[in-house]
Amino acid sequence: MKQNLVALIAGVLFGLGLGLSQMIDRDRVLGFLDVAGIWDPTLLFVLGGAVIVTVIAFRFVLRLSHPLVTEKFHLPTQKNIDMRLVIGSAIFGVGWGIAGYCPGPGVTALVLGIWNPVLFVIALILGSLSYKRYSTRSKLRD
Amino acid sequence: MAEFNWITALLGGMLIGVSATILLAFNGRIAGISGIVNGAIRFATGEGWRWIFIVGMLAGGALYEYLLAPQPTPISSFTPWAIILGGFLVGFGTRMGSGCTSGHGVCGLGRLSPRSLVAVLTFLTTGIATVFVIRHVLLL
Repeated sequence: MKQNLVALIAGVLFGLGLGLSQMIDRDRVLGFLDVAGIWDPTLLFVLGGAVIVTVIAFRFVLRLSHPLVTEKFHLPTQKNIDMRLVIGSAIFGVGWGIAGYCPGPGVTALVLGIWNPVLFVIALILGSLSYKRYSTRSKLRD
Repeated sequence: MAEFNWITALLGGMLIGVSATILLAFNGRIAGISGIVNGAIRFATGEGWRWIFIVGMLAGGALYEYLLAPQPTPISSFTPWAIILGGFLVGFGTRMGSGCTSGHGVCGLGRLSPRSLVAVLTFLTTGIATVFVIRHVLLL
């Protein structure tokens, strides 16, 4: 119950942040990625503002023996930099440059009541499920 | 295009950082949206918090857009094929690379993870290259 309340509050702040910073406007994101055009620095300030907070606050949070309302931290366990990480991130970047949305802004922009985010979220889910299917199959082959 | 406002950009970013801190400190979870969505669509028991986070995101977005915004967010042009192709690649790539702008960017960089730094530099590079090709080579 408490865990769900935390998730709700965190979700609201996240969506509010994406709205206030105008990341839900894909033209702004594309304007940031378009370094050879009329460059829009917004995304740099958004990511910078977020990372300033997390770099400082996570120091303290990760010193806790366990989270405040649950039993353990669920942190990524992989440490090695492999081709899956690099190729996956590269493919994500290409999609980001084509669509102008990454997952957070794409989902939050659903509230604008326009079609772009709706199609984006459907395609995002299909892409994700396709990778899952592909990776399960290649594991079976090995 | 609307003017660049560094104050709302920075404040908005800090809200996202606070959100990620709350989710990690209280629930021990990483606020990576691709991961949250991937977990949500499994519809497993005990994972309901993911849907609640997504509902919260939508509520926060609506709260901004319909109550707080000084002017409505500009509506971008409707480009269905680019959105579908791009969205598919974002979904495929973020699952393959285990994260997106929030998971690797906001949270991974916050944890000083070398993997996330590599991921962020990679997707920024290919994102910038893609927009360059689309706008300045293909002239679309």
